Amino acid sequence: MSEVRQLVETLYVRESRRVFASLVRLLGDFDSAEEAMHEAFAAAVEKWETEGVPANPRAWLVSAGRFKRIDAIRRSARFDSSKADILRRQDGLQPDEKELDVGRLEDDTLRLIFTCCHPSLNESTQVALTLREVCGLTTEEVARAFLTTPPTIAQRIVRGKSKIRSANIPYEIPSVDELPERIEAVLSVIYLVFNEGYSASSGDAVTRSDLTGEAIRLGRVLMELLDDSEVAGLTALMLLHDSRKAARVDMDGELILLEDQDRSLWHRDAIQEGRQLVAKAMASGSVGLYTIQAAISLAHAEAENSSSTNWERIVSLYDLLLTAGENPVIELNRAVALAMRDGPEVGLTVINTILADGHLKDYHLAHAAKADLLRRLGQKREAKTSYLQALELAQLEPEKRFLKRRLQEVS
Amino acid sequence: MRFVCLGCLDVEAWNALSSEEQNKRVEACMAYDDELLAGGHFVGGEALKDVSQAVTLRMKNGEVQVVDGPYAETKELLGGILILEARDLNHAIALMSKHPGVSMGPFEIRPANEEFMEMMAARGHAFFRQMQEKKMSDSSSSERLTHV
Repeated sequence: MSEVRQLVETLYVRESRRVFASLVRLLGDFDSAEEAMHEAFAAAVEKWETEGVPANPRAWLVSAGRFKRIDAIRRSARFDSSKADILRRQDGLQPDEKELDVGRLEDDTLRLIFTCCHPSLNESTQVALTLREVCGLTTEEVARAFLTTPPTIAQRIVRGKSKIRSANIPYEIPSVDELPERIEAVLSVIYLVFNEGYSASSGDAVTRSDLTGEAIRLGRVLMELLDDSEVAGLTALMLLHDSRKAARVDMDGELILLEDQDRSLWHRDAIQEGRQLVAKAMASGSVGLYTIQAAISLAHAEAENSSSTNWERIVSLYDLLLTAGENPVIELNRAVALAMRDGPEVGLTVINTILADGHLKDYHLAHAAKADLLRRLGQKREAKTSYLQALELAQLEPEKRFLKRRLQEVS
Repeated sequence: MRFVCLGCLDVEAWNALSSEEQNKRVEACMAYDDELLAGGHFVGGEALKDVSQAVTLRMKNGEVQVVDGPYAETKELLGGILILEARDLNHAIALMSKHPGVSMGPFEIRPANEEFMEMMAARGHAFFRQMQEKKMSDSSSSERLTHV
């Protein structure tokens, strides 16, 4: 393979979605931009071989893609009068050096992310669009990762794009007053993608864990482009969770609880990066929910084992989370930490209160947590009742198998 | 990825067009096929003659029967097939949505069964091996650079 071709392929992996993002701005349409992007890379292989590699390859690709597409539209306009309008609009947009400015090109990726995660699109559409348009996954890859068929995802994407057109969703970075809310929506899409991969219980494990990688990559891209503590917080949270990947399941694919994990298998580099990001986000002055969750995850990551964990700190971080508003799931997690700090009886009392409120009576993990504390206290009969309740409510197979094992231990 | 696009023709609507209009449509289809070819998306295709020229084979009582035309009385009949190279299903949809043929009847887009092709190639079937080699040379090592 020629050197130029190799370079173009490397650039394709790294830059194609960014080039695409800029072409959406210049051509005003996702599908044209996709085609133009491919044409630009094809042209690069040919042109750079004879003319040399341009000083700014990305700007070259964007400009080439735009020209190629306008050419194609011009050719087909002979047969389709509706294209004449597009041409007139494009001719008004003379290629301006400023449009290919590095800063503007950088912002295009943000424009693309905010458009794909626009609040007028529903969540499943946001996820599918983000993975395909921003991350460059194919429709088939998205379908495999979400355990559904390509036509289902394809229709979601077609409808999403047509909604973007029909609702005139602008291709722009939200204004300062809108920004926090819009970032929130983007972060929630990223976290959804991450969790889908992280809690993968069935399907092709490799494809599914790719989702966690894509989510972390999105977090990093966003960090480069936006100075926002929660972006760093979420990226840290994902890195810290992901650092335990190798220790979470045993050779037979069975779940291993945090306290039983072989901590030497935890990924140290990911923990180190997570630690730096948490510190940065905590120092920013505006500490959000993702950052606090990341700090909790970090407290676990830094402990050598369960008993030497700083439960004091973890409980106080849960307290901090609860200041944002009542949340029974967070209360449950706090109760588990409390049990570790002050003993199982204390945690049990709190869990009983939460369950008595009725909020979590259908949540299998509430019953599982209760069962575990009862087991620690040696109250086998009561533990058995709670394990059975948890088992009845659990959905995921590895969780069910885990609960069955515990049930046997107390029976 | 390779897709097979089955383009149907609404025969009644087609026959109602003036021959001038028919020619214009055919011209537009050909122009768009050229564009697909230039982009590396057009792998092959055939326009089909009228169903009055066709026969259907069917097994009956252990014997092959030959009957006139497609069996079913449908308004929309297969008018042509197009083999398309696209990045994924959405790319195929985007490309074919712009095909002027869609205005003349529904288009079905089906992913080619590439495992079957590989299986046949592995069995030493020359045609499938050639198709596969062509595909390898079409696409670069980074799968997504499909038509460079």
